Amino acid sequence: MQFAILINSDPNQSPAVRSALKFTRAALEAGHTIQRVFFYQGAVTTASDMLLPPQNEEKVGELWSELAEKYKLELVVCIAAAQRRGVWSEAEAGRLGYKAHNLRADYTISGLGQLIEASVESDRLVSFG
Amino acid sequence: MATKKIMYINRVTPHSGLTAKESLDVVLIGAAFEQDVALAFIDDGVYQLLKDQQPEKTGSRHVAKSFAALGDYDVRKIYVEQESLDERGLSEADLVDLRHENPEDDYRDTASIRLISREKLARLFGRQDVLFNF
Repeated sequence: MQFAILINSDPNQSPAVRSALKFTRAALEAGHTIQRVFFYQGAVTTASDMLLPPQNEEKVGELWSELAEKYKLELVVCIAAAQRRGVWSEAEAGRLGYKAHNLRADYTISGLGQLIEASVESDRLVSFG
Repeated sequence: MATKKIMYINRVTPHSGLTAKESLDVVLIGAAFEQDVALAFIDDGVYQLLKDQQPEKTGSRHVAKSFAALGDYDVRKIYVEQESLDERGLSEADLVDLRHENPEDDYRDTASIRLISREKLARLFGRQDVLFNF
């Protein structure tokens, strides 16, 4: 089966980002495919590479990167939600005159159309948080 | 692109953060994809449809006003769960009057909001292809 994954909640305030990671990993290991992973609302902060949790805590954004590299996953971050919450690609920051950028490698910034497309083209949309 | 039955479920109050606004953003973008779209308001989500809100006094956004545009985006099916209204002491008279021109009835001006029982709404969820839960 081909799944699309939607994650809505801030990783510091909800287990959604971690639950989605576990689900996605399990689905891939069981032979399913993932059409796209879409980070929306507070979940966009997962894609920042300027987060520094204490040493005994996992960097969930990095865990997603590792999974994406292993399985060639498409990790898409909603542009409007990301701009509101300070997650910038180098290209977007440059375009709008911001000096810093913090989007992790392995993630791309795009629009909500990518979420709708994923929900229509996959067999199942699975939402977290 | 295939056509699917997509339902957006709204469960939270209108001014507790950005959720109501960010749900509506998905609906409006999704409208361009010409899917079979419906909205459902349940639990505290029914407060999003209260008329005479004055969110400008707190710097919040008037999401109920934005809903008035849904008819222009061909979003014509807006379900409100009766039990959620009852539990909060609300009735249909407390809600904004959302309308659309119905293409199946000679474009007659038609109310978009339909009250639905919890039991029937549950069955309606089961008939959708995609559920977005905000």
